[in-house]
Amino acid sequence: MIQAIAFYLFAGVMIASAVMVVSARNPVHSVLFLILAFFNAAALFVLLGAEFLAMILVVVYVGAVAVLFLFVVMMLDINFALLREGFMRYLPVGGAVGLVLLAELVFVGMAWIDAAGSAQLRAAPMHGGVDNTRALGRLIYTHYALVFQASGLVLLVAMIGAIVLTLRQRPGVKRQDIGRQLSRTRDTGVEIVKIKPRTGV
Amino acid sequence: MNAPAFSFSAALPELFLSLSGLALLLFGALTGEKSYRRVAALALIALLVAAVLVLFGAGARSVEFGGLFVVDGFGAFMKALVLLGAALGIVLSLDYNRREELERFEFPVLIVFATVGMMLMISASDLISLYLGLELQSLALYVMAAFRRDSVKSTEAGLKYFVLGALSSGMLLYGASLIYGFTGSTNFAAIAGAVSGVVKSGAPVPLGVLFGVVFVLAALAFKVSAAPFHMWTPDVYEGAPTPVTAFFAVAPKVAATALLVRVLIEPFGAIAPQWQQVVWLVAVLSMIVGAFAAIWQTNVKRLMAYSSIGHVGYALVGLVAGGPGGVSAIALYMAIYLFMNIAAFSVILGMRVQGRAVERIGDLAGLSRTHPLVAAALAVAMFAMAGIPPLAGFFSKFYIFDAAVRGGHYVLAVVGVLTSVFGAFYYLRIVKLMYFDEATETLDRPFPASLGAVLAGATLFTFFFFLAPGPLVRAANAAAASLFPG
Repeated sequence: MIQAIAFYLFAGVMIASAVMVVSARNPVHSVLFLILAFFNAAALFVLLGAEFLAMILVVVYVGAVAVLFLFVVMMLDINFALLREGFMRYLPVGGAVGLVLLAELVFVGMAWIDAAGSAQLRAAPMHGGVDNTRALGRLIYTHYALVFQASGLVLLVAMIGAIVLTLRQRPGVKRQDIGRQLSRTRDTGVEIVKIKPRTGV
Repeated sequence: MNAPAFSFSAALPELFLSLSGLALLLFGALTGEKSYRRVAALALIALLVAAVLVLFGAGARSVEFGGLFVVDGFGAFMKALVLLGAALGIVLSLDYNRREELERFEFPVLIVFATVGMMLMISASDLISLYLGLELQSLALYVMAAFRRDSVKSTEAGLKYFVLGALSSGMLLYGASLIYGFTGSTNFAAIAGAVSGVVKSGAPVPLGVLFGVVFVLAALAFKVSAAPFHMWTPDVYEGAPTPVTAFFAVAPKVAATALLVRVLIEPFGAIAPQWQQVVWLVAVLSMIVGAFAAIWQTNVKRLMAYSSIGHVGYALVGLVAGGPGGVSAIALYMAIYLFMNIAAFSVILGMRVQGRAVERIGDLAGLSRTHPLVAAALAVAMFAMAGIPPLAGFFSKFYIFDAAVRGGHYVLAVVGVLTSVFGAFYYLRIVKLMYFDEATETLDRPFPASLGAVLAGATLFTFFFFLAPGPLVRAANAAAASLFPG
């Protein structure tokens, strides 16, 4: 009972915030609603017993992707009102595509056959009391340690590549040099100029 | 579940090389841009040490890391070739990078990481480790292709390679997922068990497995730049900085060929008749494209790209022939191919007119009068690539066609001989240019010493191989035998 309430609560908030992502006039509001949608999706994963996926969703999507979106929205001056122009013009085709997708979903749903024993599998996602974070950890750090390390190397190479291809030393960029700031004395920093009255600087 | 016992010593060369790569990266980052020469020298030493570790660690076949990683004679042979190719690639890049102001310490570091990826590919015995090795290699290569980031051609090469490489990775993953779905495992031994079980029971091989094999084959054909998946090769070879092209032409090619051989023979050996048709077609197309498309090239790097496509075609003939004989012919072919290409590229890297790098074929005209020794060495490399006896290139082709004829693939052998006759046209055209044409602009003297040393070594190997082919042939035979246990 409580699970059903939680499910409908999270699912309802998620759909509502997803609608707000698309319809909000202010793009910053859209991104904030997107974060809300991610959190509710994470809560749905927790309800399913997939707590690792829930954590990853929060860490990766909220922590990285949504913040990146926020940066893009705030840094770039994109005219979202202009992007949204012609909404009514595209509505017939867009709506038709949506309807086709919906019809296909309904057909799939009608033709769905549950495999024997799938209900039990879904009801008990944990084997022997091992939650899935622990299970993944056991696999990744033991059986797949080699490929885990290799994927670390792949990410390292990607980072090196990004730096090699984009980092350039620009001349004439002012950088903060704390040592120089601290070693500044009054003599080097202040200049006393005699100014005659009524001449200005 | 119990943690599988790890034998880290099995992957000692890979571990050593990855740790050296990390150390070199730190060293370079701490000492700044001027550390290029020291980082390059240290990377060279690391590659050579790893090669020694590979050769001393070569022994009986063993599967480690819970079935992800295999150590065997075939892997050791191919890894030694890859490490040699990478080390020579670093030596060849020294002079060029200094003159072209590409002296950035990331260059040798990327070569080291790409080499780690190649070694992982060669040793892969699971679709997951195969994919990660391939991506580690490819990612480093994409960056290297775009290394001269201020040049439009180089960035275009990098972008083109990246987009098409991502496409081929997608095909590989699609094929791998089909194979996993139909055989129930990503492990090569388990896949082999499932596939041979189906074959023994007399039931038709599931269509999904065949589809998967074809997709994986297409993706790997892309990586070895075999026709009809070769479109990226000329553009990338032309656009990338020349030392990178030299590296592309040897090490990744050897690694991807080794991977292709292992993937087709270990898990899918039982359905060889099915994939052999595909490899047959790819081999024939590559030989034809390599022989004919190169004729119209005016850029020497594009010419080498088509030449490499042709060579991959010949190597794949050995795969169609199959069996230890065919694989041994491939191993020998790749070894000799490496030396011929290194020789050719050390001349190309030294091609300069008044300090400016040139890469038109016409710029080689009259080379025999200004640089008689270099011209002679390049002539040896070209004659060898054309497969003219008694040079090494003749023997590599001979063993390949011998394996094809023994396997009863007469059409393939005939096509191979005909295309090498046509291919000889453009190799000999370079010899004609060097010896019988008048130079419009003569190339600079003196020829850089580091290139000259590599050129001399590779040429001596190519020229005098016929005196003592025994050791290399025996090593190739032993390597091939390790792929066919029992």
